Amino acid sequence: MTDPYMIVIGLEVHVQLATESKLFCRCSTAFGAPPNTQTCPVCIGMPGSLPVMNRRAFELSMQTAVALDCRIAPTTKWDRKNYYYPDLPKGYQISQYDLPFSSHGHLDISDPKGRFEPRRVGIERAHLEEDAGKSLHDEQHGEADSRIDLNRAGTPLLEIVTKPDMRSPLEAKTFLTELKLLLTYLGVSDCNMQEGSLRVDANINLHVPEDGRAGGVSGATPQSAVIGTAATAAGTIATPIVEIKNMNSFRAVERALEYEAKRQWEVWQETGQRLGDAPKQTRGWDDAAGVTHGQRHKEDSSDYRYFPDPDLAPITVAPEVVKKIRRGQGERPAALRSRLEQSYGITPYDSDVLVSQGRDLVQYYLAAADACGDGKLASNWLQQDVLRSLNERGGTIGDFPVGPTALADLLSRVKRNELDTNRARQVFQKMLTEGITAAAAVEALGIKQVDESELIALCRELLAANPKVAEDIRGGNDKAAGALVGQAKKRNPNANPGRVRELCVELAKEKM
Amino acid sequence: MSLLRHSATTLLSQMSDGKLSSVELVQEYLEQIERHDGRVKAFLRVDAARALKQAAAIDDRRSRGESLGPLAGLPVAVKDLLCDEGQLCTCASRMLADFRPPYDSTVVAKLKAADAVLLGRTNLDEFAMGGSGENSAFQVTRNPWNLERTPGGSSSGAAACVAAAMAPLSIGSDTGGSIRQPAGLCGITGLKPTYGRVSRYGLVAFASSLDQVGPLAGSAEDAALLLEVLAGHDPRDTTSINAPVPRYSQTIGQPLAGLRLGRVREHFGPGLDPEVSAAVEAAVEVYRSLGATVCDVSLPHEKYGIATYYIIAPSEASSNLARYDGVHYGYRTDERAMHDELAAERKQLAATIGKRDFDAQADAVENPLLRMYRQSRSEGFGPEVKRRIMLGTYTLSAGYYDAYYVKALKVRRLIANDYEAAFRSCDMLIGPVSPTPAFKIGEKHSDPLAMYLVDLYTVGANLAGIPGISIPCGRSRDGLPIGLQLQGPAMSEERLLRSAHMFQRNTDWHLARALLD
Repeated sequence: MTDPYMIVIGLEVHVQLATESKLFCRCSTAFGAPPNTQTCPVCIGMPGSLPVMNRRAFELSMQTAVALDCRIAPTTKWDRKNYYYPDLPKGYQISQYDLPFSSHGHLDISDPKGRFEPRRVGIERAHLEEDAGKSLHDEQHGEADSRIDLNRAGTPLLEIVTKPDMRSPLEAKTFLTELKLLLTYLGVSDCNMQEGSLRVDANINLHVPEDGRAGGVSGATPQSAVIGTAATAAGTIATPIVEIKNMNSFRAVERALEYEAKRQWEVWQETGQRLGDAPKQTRGWDDAAGVTHGQRHKEDSSDYRYFPDPDLAPITVAPEVVKKIRRGQGERPAALRSRLEQSYGITPYDSDVLVSQGRDLVQYYLAAADACGDGKLASNWLQQDVLRSLNERGGTIGDFPVGPTALADLLSRVKRNELDTNRARQVFQKMLTEGITAAAAVEALGIKQVDESELIALCRELLAANPKVAEDIRGGNDKAAGALVGQAKKRNPNANPGRVRELCVELAKEKM
Repeated sequence: MSLLRHSATTLLSQMSDGKLSSVELVQEYLEQIERHDGRVKAFLRVDAARALKQAAAIDDRRSRGESLGPLAGLPVAVKDLLCDEGQLCTCASRMLADFRPPYDSTVVAKLKAADAVLLGRTNLDEFAMGGSGENSAFQVTRNPWNLERTPGGSSSGAAACVAAAMAPLSIGSDTGGSIRQPAGLCGITGLKPTYGRVSRYGLVAFASSLDQVGPLAGSAEDAALLLEVLAGHDPRDTTSINAPVPRYSQTIGQPLAGLRLGRVREHFGPGLDPEVSAAVEAAVEVYRSLGATVCDVSLPHEKYGIATYYIIAPSEASSNLARYDGVHYGYRTDERAMHDELAAERKQLAATIGKRDFDAQADAVENPLLRMYRQSRSEGFGPEVKRRIMLGTYTLSAGYYDAYYVKALKVRRLIANDYEAAFRSCDMLIGPVSPTPAFKIGEKHSDPLAMYLVDLYTVGANLAGIPGISIPCGRSRDGLPIGLQLQGPAMSEERLLRSAHMFQRNTDWHLARALLD
């Protein structure tokens, strides 16, 4: 936080919607089919073909926009974005220009580790558009053998544009993580970055205090106290905006932004160029080298000659439809987290871990916690035992052999002191491998509740056999009793270590 | 009487009565084409073998008593702009000279389902852009009434083939008058339906918000027969109207009592040929004599029609025709020659400016992809298509969009409002189709603006989305047909056809066929 500048970041996220078919035809959207096998006259732009909107894609987009608290436009339309590229068979992309179906939303982010203050990131707009195909080419001039795969052409994409509200690369990464989680909760996308289901471009520039440059290369006096609070505070200068592309993971986004902020600061110190002095630059992230490279500026690429697509009728959305979607949506991640913290008494860190695992795991947690009546205990067990086993075994929480009720049964026994943690883990393993109830596992392991009088007799015996330990306890060192716990377990594996310890202390002192 | 003089309706009943076979009929038309099309050049391609095979199959099915479609055995010519699976669809453009769509347009599929015989593909102005047929990349169609004259356009072949009795029925498309104007200049009946009445799926797009497929025929009765097959909702065209299709051919004989006709004042203004004016006025009198009342109506924004049309249509065309880029569809420049040329230019540039500067500039000078685009489009498109692409690219450009495109959309709304207002005081509008009878080939070819004015009275219907019909109503001193236009409110095809039929039952202009008389 000692940088002599403020970082300003906005993101453009393209989300491939989880529809069976494309946006304007019935071709499959499945990933990885042989090139050009998932095509038809419509998605390859065959002369005479016409688009017909996929209602499901529009529904999924609305789901997302409603979850981002966007305003849903009562009327929206389709526009053509005209440009030439070999992977764009019609010579235009069907998109939404000046009347996107949604705008003015937001997504709240916070860091459970407290590295930044909770922040509300504005959503400028979210609109639906069709994807282009893929070009595979040799960058050599002339003799290049270029090939085009149009399987992806026409796949529905939701473009989400944020306001420039993020102030650090970590905030950007957190935003993306939170957005991905939300999309996963909604089930609108598989968010697979490797398969291109989620693509991110970032816009970044710096706000430098007027006297920042005078402060010299070392940026001697940090001005962050002043500039950290206002986006365009008086007395600050904005540097030219750079758009970064080619980032293939959230970590890459964070690294690229970190690199770019430093680079822009250096450029600023060298050139003093302000926003408007230079055209917006596009830079590509090289993940291996950890640097961004300037991409060739295309002067003629800016005029897309947008106009309303005459092949598609405008869409009207009734307010009742929006209300119905809002009602039908389950709790969003943020709401779930705060409910877990407030009603189940777990920490923000724990709620974050649980909620990040997805809605099914949270449902499992809630069922287990409700049944055993101890949210903290359930949270610990879920994170340490259930998740670990789940990771080892693979599969989903839905087909995990130990259901939430069975787990709660086990946890209740722990709470009642019938089982110590080690014994409980053995029981859990037994339940897991054999798919049996806690009671059955307890029995199979031969675990029995030891009668109190039996336990007292055992402790008396041990104290008698270990006078030194008894002496130490009497001398006030209660911890010395620990030495007897192991022996007790050897004599009777069902002896509860906690109770043994208590009894030993009690009985030793009794003899005083 | 020659079979070629019969109406499609008559031929249909002769076939169903077993007096005529489809093979005989198709044979007759093929012979007529053989006799005259060398001079008229209405057809780009006639697939005699395919037509005879289809005809034989229909005759065969008929003889076995199978139920047949409503056009069973009737030959239909199709404008070379509608996809027919596996068949060439050139749009009269060098760009699509080898294009064979892998799918049927809805219209062609409907014709096939109706058991029509697909006789051949008719000539047109390239991508339907033109009013004389002269913009075809392949041949100039001539007006059968006078081979020195144009048949009009863009459905030049579609109109000429019916006028010359080379087909009883044909399919055209109308974006600014392309069915009605050639029908008028060729003395036949042509109907542009309400926007959305006929599916555009598989019609190669010129201007999507204006294009509409429709019938050309010898009479309103025959046009009704064909429209009944073509019309209807298509889930693959979201601009098509979801409404039942009236039985046009059943109701056509019912006269309209108390018909109120509006005589469009703006369609009788300066520029209207006196002979055309006289013929149209005479037609108005015919209607009067049949009991219609006629009043004068005004379409105050009609004068902006051509200007509005020539912003909206090219804007849409510039985008619709972007797909012909040499990558996916149609003509691609000779790449080897292009690369040799590039290499030579590169060498020359390097020699001129030195290696160092050359490396810096190489990319800007010679992007092979851009050059491929540019050359393919320069060589593949004809001059009028290029003119409209440039016009449309300009009117959609940043900085001009509001002044041209958006303004044109506003005027379009005003024009539509004018029609709506006019239809409050009358049932139908009456006036000329074109300002003059058929003009000479070459007469307007070098003057695009003069050519654009041939659509003066027809673009309004496209801008407003309403139907219009063109029927013959007279002949000039030179023996050239003169057309009468009736326009009605949206979805009024049934009444338009009935009104046209009323006229044709009392006149015989529509019975004349060129090259037969």
